[in-house]
Amino acid sequence: MSNLIEVKNLVKHFNSINAVNGISFSIKKGSCFGLLGPNGAGKTTTIEIMEGIKTPTSGNIYYKEKALGDQFRDEAGIMFQNTALQEFITVRETLELFASFYSKTTPITNLVESCSLEDFLNRDTRFLSGGQRQRVLLAIALINDPDIIFLDEPTTGLDPQSRRNFWKLIKDIKAQDKTILLTTHYMDEAFELCDEIAIMDQGKIIAFGPPSNLLNQHYNDVVLELPFNQETRNICNMLDNCIKKEEYLFIASDDVTSTVKILMDANISLNGLNIRPRTLDDLFLKLTGNKLRS
Amino acid sequence: MKLKRFLALFHARNQEFIRDKSAFGWNVIFPVIIVFGFYFAFSSGPIDLYKVGSYPSAAISDKQFGDFFKMKHVKIISVTDLEDAIAKIERHQLDMLFDHTKKQYWINPESPAAYILEKLYLGSLVGVQDTQNSYSKHLQSGNEIRYVDWLVPGVMAMNMMFSALFGVGFVIVRYRKNGVLKRLKATPLTALEFLSAQVCSRLLLILAITILIYAGINYFIHFRMNGSYFDLIFVFTLGAFSLISMGLIVSARIANEEFASGLLNLLSWPMMFLSGVWFSLEGVHPYLQKMAMIFPLTHLISGARAIMIDGASLADISTHLITLTIMAILFLFIGAISFRWD
Repeated sequence: MSNLIEVKNLVKHFNSINAVNGISFSIKKGSCFGLLGPNGAGKTTTIEIMEGIKTPTSGNIYYKEKALGDQFRDEAGIMFQNTALQEFITVRETLELFASFYSKTTPITNLVESCSLEDFLNRDTRFLSGGQRQRVLLAIALINDPDIIFLDEPTTGLDPQSRRNFWKLIKDIKAQDKTILLTTHYMDEAFELCDEIAIMDQGKIIAFGPPSNLLNQHYNDVVLELPFNQETRNICNMLDNCIKKEEYLFIASDDVTSTVKILMDANISLNGLNIRPRTLDDLFLKLTGNKLRS
Repeated sequence: MKLKRFLALFHARNQEFIRDKSAFGWNVIFPVIIVFGFYFAFSSGPIDLYKVGSYPSAAISDKQFGDFFKMKHVKIISVTDLEDAIAKIERHQLDMLFDHTKKQYWINPESPAAYILEKLYLGSLVGVQDTQNSYSKHLQSGNEIRYVDWLVPGVMAMNMMFSALFGVGFVIVRYRKNGVLKRLKATPLTALEFLSAQVCSRLLLILAITILIYAGINYFIHFRMNGSYFDLIFVFTLGAFSLISMGLIVSARIANEEFASGLLNLLSWPMMFLSGVWFSLEGVHPYLQKMAMIFPLTHLISGARAIMIDGASLADISTHLITLTIMAILFLFIGAISFRWD
């Protein structure tokens, strides 16, 4: 699979703040690439430089082996984190307006169907709900039948149901062999959608690769979760790799049978026990010492 | 520049404006309220004052005029430009005019005030020693210029100014603040296409609204229009273009609506009071008169008034037209080169 976009030694300073600190990566054609990190990690700055919205302090970005230019703007679909739409015009008129800007367009009827816009196609953009607005913004990003789509935290602020619906839309886009660059601070979203991820912290990439590979590289254990109560309060004295967070105990174990046996021998009730594999949240915590959504 | 993109944006901006009922309504209703308000407030005119021009003023003597110039409610106005004063007789801005150098006087036969004044003047001569030395009479016909005739070009121009400055300047700043411009920047749309669509859309709407207001008010008030409608529309177009370009300068980089609003008010309020919307600048300090010439609104109003009241041609107001053209090009250039999407 060839690279559609390449980022080389990208640096962006805002006065004394190093927002992006010399990062390099490439995105394969037809893949979904996730740029992850907490707020302030530099992922929005990175994506906006890649979109041609911001200029880098130094470094280069190549799209189809050429510097960003007219071809890129004509072939890229972009969904910003926060975008207001022109007011007093309908969703259909908004799509028609954006369609006029590009040399190649997706038929609006196709977008209406794929993004589920039927119910509010003739509604003034001022009167859209959060989920409807996100779908319209996604439709705008797809209006030019783009080769690459930038989605900057597309599900932030959506309720769980809307988030799941949005994931389905993104999977449908992926199925059309489109290249997607997704930024998010929801690790489950990245794990669900992305073929490759880069985890950013303080302007640097601290991990890069397919999500499952990254987890396999860093972990060979699972996590046992138990409610913290009078009965379980001394477990962390008995077991290594045990920590208490809020009202739960988290026990990392590479041998679940042995760990469970230790708990049973100590006459500890296993009511409420949950055993789960490692997640990207765990990985981020391990790599940075910070919670993702802190 | 691609025409398709320009037209799409032009159309979208027009729809946005027309569907924004509050902004659209205000643009139409505001000048109508002003004109009708002033029309009714000043329709009866000053009832107890006669205005008599005297050229030169120092030549008045009791021997010639008796008590005429001392009468209560007769205001003597010193005249320095005789031709201008004769024109004022024609427009009923002066009721009577005396030229003491050639011993002649003018009245407008269509003016009731002039009729009364002449009777008073002739009556005051009875028993005066110097009756041999009487003044010859001249008639200068012409319809009265009411305050509303004088006001209409100013109010329409003022409405154009607000619509141009706030409709372009403020809207672009709002677009920048809420991210509309950022989204547009990510498309193949160029700044030239965006700005020209904004300018043309606003220009078209301003002209349409101005013509609508003109026709609507004229239907009820029948104000004076002595010049060519084509010339008037030309002046309005040029004036609106220069004012829109001025709005572009304000909106070129600012992303704060409050700051933009302050700056637009800083521009519009001095223009509103110093460009001769409400009153003639003839009586104000010469320094202020010179200062007023830096405003495009001054040239727009002067040009429109000259066409509507004096029947001036484009050649007659060429100074105003050239000034407006230079201002429009200069403002547009500054606005375009300093424009930023974000």
